[in-house]
Amino acid sequence: MRKVSFPYMGTSYIPIKRLLTALGNEVILPPKPNTETITLGCKFAPEFACYPFKIVLGTYVQVLEAGADTLVSTGGVGPCRAGLYTTLQEKILKSLGYKFEMITLEPPGRHFADLMCSIKKLINTRLSFRDYINIGRFVWKELTLLDKAERLSHKIRPLEAKKGETTEVYRKCVAMVAKAESYKELAEIEREMERLYDSIEKKDFDPVKIGIVGEIYVLMEPSANMEIEETLGNLGVYVERSMFLSGYTVSNAVMDLFHIAGERDIKKLAYPYFKEMCGGHGRESVGNAVHFARRGFDGLIQLSPFTCIPEIVAKSILPKVCEERGMAFLSLTLDEQTGREGVRTRLEAFVDMLFAKRKKMRLSSTKSNFVKEMS
Amino acid sequence: MKIGIPRALAYYAYYPFIKTFFEKLGLEVVISDETTKEIMDKGVEDAITDACVPVKLFHGHVSNLKDRVDYVFVPRFVSINNEATFCPKFLGLPDMLACSIKDFKNMLEVRVDLKKKRLRLFWLCMGISRRFKKGFFTAYNAYIRAILSFKNYAHQFLQGGIPPLGIVAQRKNLPIRLGVVGYPYMLYDSYLSLDLIKKLINMGVYVVTPEMVPEKDKMKQAKKLKKNLFWTFSNSVVRTAYHFLENRCVDGIIHITAFGCGPDFIVDKLMELEAREKNMPYLTITLDEQTGQEGLNTRLEAFVDMLKIKRAKKEAALA
Repeated sequence: MRKVSFPYMGTSYIPIKRLLTALGNEVILPPKPNTETITLGCKFAPEFACYPFKIVLGTYVQVLEAGADTLVSTGGVGPCRAGLYTTLQEKILKSLGYKFEMITLEPPGRHFADLMCSIKKLINTRLSFRDYINIGRFVWKELTLLDKAERLSHKIRPLEAKKGETTEVYRKCVAMVAKAESYKELAEIEREMERLYDSIEKKDFDPVKIGIVGEIYVLMEPSANMEIEETLGNLGVYVERSMFLSGYTVSNAVMDLFHIAGERDIKKLAYPYFKEMCGGHGRESVGNAVHFARRGFDGLIQLSPFTCIPEIVAKSILPKVCEERGMAFLSLTLDEQTGREGVRTRLEAFVDMLFAKRKKMRLSSTKSNFVKEMS
Repeated sequence: MKIGIPRALAYYAYYPFIKTFFEKLGLEVVISDETTKEIMDKGVEDAITDACVPVKLFHGHVSNLKDRVDYVFVPRFVSINNEATFCPKFLGLPDMLACSIKDFKNMLEVRVDLKKKRLRLFWLCMGISRRFKKGFFTAYNAYIRAILSFKNYAHQFLQGGIPPLGIVAQRKNLPIRLGVVGYPYMLYDSYLSLDLIKKLINMGVYVVTPEMVPEKDKMKQAKKLKKNLFWTFSNSVVRTAYHFLENRCVDGIIHITAFGCGPDFIVDKLMELEAREKNMPYLTITLDEQTGQEGLNTRLEAFVDMLKIKRAKKEAALA
């Protein structure tokens, strides 16, 4: 039996584990990125590799030590570097003396035959067509549920009366989804989840709204971005992230099959500022920034790993977008040397500034009303 | 009408074509001054901090030009062949400039995408000439002249010269041959590379750069990688290095890269792993706006001395 492992990103390990097990593999669950992962990654990765590369490489070393013999990861067609990571990681790990097979899942648009070959390697049991449908339906439901749980937690965290309650509920939800066995159970969990979030005691006020854009890995993996959403939520900020795993899967796996560029409207929004596809999520970052501004968000935070090329291009464009549309902008560059407290201080200052700005606007508007009434 | 060409990035790879084309169209071509400290400082000031040095330099050269010409030529290089594109910073260059440089209104943005269509370059040139209201025959003549000029430029490289640095030919019978690989905008900007190539030549080294290796030899190495790299210049660099390593036609390889260069960490690691396997001396030099002359000199001297000693030992053993 193949012992398969994969990179750790947010809560995606739950549906991926389920899928690989159902296809007849033994799964070695990757550990949540910790200091050891990052130390290992930095030790073996080139200096200028981006942070996700280092974390993923560290994870690979850990799972290979734990006995995995097959690594699965996604590929890409560029020009973002991430599409070549598996090639380089395979070379580095082999030069360290590990023996394993690297399976790269390329996007279906341009490498359909290649993708089918890779998937065939991962199917190690006999399944009927009906089974495939059932597995697909179950995993997809899990994925959407996890995203929903996270989205709800972002919405409710700034409003909670007792600090930390939402985080607790969120953890409970993730654990429930991870334990579910059948599709029916998942439907029940969805109702239970809504009930749990409803039962949190809430304050009634209008929180400051901040949108988060940036590179997918640091966006999705809380240990890479110092739990930015939780920190901001605890400061009383409504956070919305531009990207979730289910949406990403649709635009990059399903739409790509039919050669439709995903998130078309976002690309259209980015067009006045950013006219060319430049790989990664550079253009999506700009497009989402415009989208957030239109919806009246107060601020924008861009997360990018150090030396990420598409985000550097986006970073030089975003200040102009935000200035034109009256939105505050903060860019955070993350790597293995980023300190938690440093990030926290900057976030606090940013949020304080937004609160002050809001207060000032409210004051000036009430004043004008007052003046109107007087006259 | 005056048209300005910034002396940075793709300029070093394609300038004979661009320059001849605009000249033959009947426009006055102004090329920005050679890189100086002022240009560098201006670029560092305008560009965002995370960008690599060549991109910052491009900002500096644009600032140097924009007030004294009617148009500044800013190409958006997307692809020049079917297999690869350019670095994302090339793809987003005009957008970055529009946001980073204040009052930059006279940008002549040209999208260069020559993928999968024949005569794409020809129609692109026709499009540009139409923008300047030039007739078909003038444009056609300019296009042909430009291509000839570029072929001549490529030929000069194959003969062992380095035209952007004004080196016509190198002495062939030098004891040490060194492969110096890196992107054209790193190697041939004598301020940015701190005159590295000339320094090596003065030390008695025959320098071979990626442009001096025939395209045919590079293509032979293309199959060695499971997946082609996504970037045209990077492919050229990796293939050149693999060519050197396979045929052992050089004594050592020096890779020149910019601090924070995105594609280069993959390129560098690939070459390093391969060089270690093939037992070839390999040196990486990372340059940025703060690199000092002396540090570089010391490292180059040490590397070349080491190669000389190695060669002397080998000869002694043979004798």
